[in-house]
Amino acid sequence: MSTSELTAPQTSKAPKAPKPRRERPRVMGAGKQLHAGPLTYVVLSVFALVSLAPLVWTAIAASRTDRRLAETPPPLWFGGNLFKNMDRAWEEAGLGKAMFNTTFVAGTITISTVLFATLAGFAFAKLRFRFSGLLLMLTIGTMMIPPQLAVVPLYLWMADLGWSNQLQTVILPTLCTAFGTFFMRQYLLQALPTELIEAARVDGASSLRVVWHVVFPAARPAMAVLGLLTFVFAWNDFLWPIIALNQENPTVQVALNSLGTGYVPDQAVIMAGALLGTLPLLIAFLLFGKQIVGGIMQGAVKG
Amino acid sequence: MTSSKQALAHSASADAAPGDQPGAAGRAHGRGTPPPPGPDSWRRRLYRWDMKASPYAFIAPFFIVFGAFSLVPLLYTAWYSLHNVQLADLDGQTWTGLDNYQNLLSSDFFWNALGNTFTIGVISTVPQLLMAIGLAHLLNYKLRGSTVWRVVMLTPYATSVAAATLVFVLLYSWDGGMINWLLEFVGIDPVNWRESDWGSQFAVSSIVIWRWTGYNALIYLAAMQAIPADLYESAAIDGANRWQQFLHVTIPQLRPTILFTVVVSTIGATQLFGEPLLFGGVSGSKGGSGHQYQTLGLYMYDQGWIIGNLGKASAIAWSMFLILLIVAVIQLLVSRRLRKSQ
Repeated sequence: MSTSELTAPQTSKAPKAPKPRRERPRVMGAGKQLHAGPLTYVVLSVFALVSLAPLVWTAIAASRTDRRLAETPPPLWFGGNLFKNMDRAWEEAGLGKAMFNTTFVAGTITISTVLFATLAGFAFAKLRFRFSGLLLMLTIGTMMIPPQLAVVPLYLWMADLGWSNQLQTVILPTLCTAFGTFFMRQYLLQALPTELIEAARVDGASSLRVVWHVVFPAARPAMAVLGLLTFVFAWNDFLWPIIALNQENPTVQVALNSLGTGYVPDQAVIMAGALLGTLPLLIAFLLFGKQIVGGIMQGAVKG
Repeated sequence: MTSSKQALAHSASADAAPGDQPGAAGRAHGRGTPPPPGPDSWRRRLYRWDMKASPYAFIAPFFIVFGAFSLVPLLYTAWYSLHNVQLADLDGQTWTGLDNYQNLLSSDFFWNALGNTFTIGVISTVPQLLMAIGLAHLLNYKLRGSTVWRVVMLTPYATSVAAATLVFVLLYSWDGGMINWLLEFVGIDPVNWRESDWGSQFAVSSIVIWRWTGYNALIYLAAMQAIPADLYESAAIDGANRWQQFLHVTIPQLRPTILFTVVVSTIGATQLFGEPLLFGGVSGSKGGSGHQYQTLGLYMYDQGWIIGNLGKASAIAWSMFLILLIVAVIQLLVSRRLRKSQ
């Protein structure tokens, strides 16, 4: 009996919490939300054109021949060689294997980062423990360290372990990120009512139970967004994969690097490779663009 | 939210079982602190242990990954920077003290790379952030299809450094390149984007600008939407026109966000690597025939993995970090000074 009394007021509070957050932009921006004039649309269209033109032109160039790309004027419309060039990029430049590898690498990193970052973000947002403030500062501070400071020892260790050119070398260092931890902390700070946790505690729930039944359900939207952002980041990671892997067992970026440094000196094939390597993320943007935009804006306000 | 409500109700009923002494839960409610249900002292101890240890357990994965793959390597990099470490002879490391650093300070290539990093950093960051503020201002109007506009501005961010650079290399090519062809249209002589000093630095910077302007615009947009409307209203009452409102309300309110983006962009610019590497093609790690766009990141890669001097590469990495720290401190001091003067 007592348990239902305890949870009843808490749960009725729960849905209220996210409300002010959702209304905030509308209310606060109201004074500024002037209707855009035609000039605004013109300038925005120029920005949009500059954003999209290089990608569209990649597809145009990928559908032409190497010889045609060396001629002036450059081609402005599609030719008939797209699938032939893609096929060559897939086979000769090893992009097929690279796509498979990158999907595995980015997928693993995404799952582990989302899981660990949610746990750490929850601890920083809602749990009291000694040195929590200091450790949070440290977490944020680590974002300032350039990856260049780690690559020499990592390279030597991986060589010692006989792991050169194996995928775990690029997975392990990125299993959890400071950005992800901070992102989840900022979200849970306001999206997870402390009363909800206390109620579960009163009912004797262990910390793991609280995480499973209270934190994960409340964090789900942010976890999805962090997953998307992490996947984009992992797919495009460049410096360490270039050093740790080579053309024998590449990620997409390593394969593109080999393409660019003369593995297949055919510009049309190179463009087909660039297009193929970007396509999965472009599709993700097409499907989840709204969520990705929301995630970047959300991470920013509080950052 | 509804699912979490159900989950909580579920966990509540499931967990009521161990504390089935009616008084326990009631007492807990009355005191407002959550002691464990049930009389068993081991259970209480377990609970207390759980409360104490679980926060550390939750943050442990991050700190283990950070420690093993960032902090310890960072210290080892400092150690290697004081040694002669050759890629071809990894077992023959010898202590050389500050030789690697002295070597750097007397190397023209190091100063060249530092200068290039600075120049490319400025010409990629300043226009980028200015355009991003303008773009954010436009996106902040009530727009038809506002989400579509935002996603479109962010698409370059989906393009990897490698893919974007390969495309720009072709766009900037000397003959048959789209950009020289367009310049010819407006009557400007074609530019040798690969070989000329400022041309190649501008070209490399433009790749950075293209990839990051939309991203920064969204960050500014988020901050703009959080500015209270009454600030604009009172400015309007005081007779400020739109431009004055932008200058005297929007910009000051954005200051923390501007500082944030400046710091993040500085970190990115200091370690710039992929764009100049791929822009150079086959001899990419040299940063062009005259090293005209060799950045510090590129110089480190060239010394470490092309020439094979990992000790020197470690010294470059640490120099990079120290420069970044100095720049960050200067930025913080400047922003503090600006805040005081206002």
